[in-house]
Amino acid sequence: MQILFNLKLPARLENLQRLMESVSNCARAQDFDQKKIQEIELAVEEALVNIFNYAYPDAPGEVEVNCRADHDHFTIEIIDSGIPFDITSLPNPDFTADVDDRKIGGLGIFLIKRVMDEVRYRRENDRNILNLIIKKDK
Amino acid sequence: MEIQTRKEKNAVIVSVKGRMDAVTAPEFEKNLSDLIAKGENNFLLNFDGLEYISSAGLRAILATAKRLKEKGGKILLTGLKGSVDEVFKIAGFHSIFKVFESEEAGLKEI
Repeated sequence: MQILFNLKLPARLENLQRLMESVSNCARAQDFDQKKIQEIELAVEEALVNIFNYAYPDAPGEVEVNCRADHDHFTIEIIDSGIPFDITSLPNPDFTADVDDRKIGGLGIFLIKRVMDEVRYRRENDRNILNLIIKKDK
Repeated sequence: MEIQTRKEKNAVIVSVKGRMDAVTAPEFEKNLSDLIAKGENNFLLNFDGLEYISSAGLRAILATAKRLKEKGGKILLTGLKGSVDEVFKIAGFHSIFKVFESEEAGLKEI
């Protein structure tokens, strides 16, 4: 599997745009259409913002993003060394509540799961490794 | 992101262009909070020029709607399309917000 780019930056909101642009450029080079690119951007933003907000409650940390592609799949890998957090294990938000009761928590993660073909998580060497996977149309 | 507001009847029409993400959503929310603080109660959000929205944008809209509900105001939407409409659907926002085909149709509801 070919690694298309790799970028490691402090896990802060001010780096969101730079990380997103790198992923978008990568996805464009794979000939995805605009709709798919926006879905990829959405999933990556949600995953990154989660890390910016929650991964490092005590001290600043970093986030690493890389993209890989092979014949069938495009994979965005997001790695942090923060507190263990498996997004694939979270329940879906409650969609029955109205404006008053509606909680926004968990919505970003739900969006990731809905727009990606596959989401994989593993904890390895004290790092959270998240793989966002898109199947390529043949 | 670019925000334009104009008053029509007793509603403020808020046209948003560009991207509403984790960086820009707070600016949108502040814009609406300021208008609410000045006494505005009814909002019609026109997302015709909005290209992208993430959960940060949804959170800003929901927070504004909650603030307005306490004051007896309302927030209506128009111009949803493409990926923005898709995100609204996935998030189930169509069931908690009134969405209109046009500004004119939305204004009739206010």
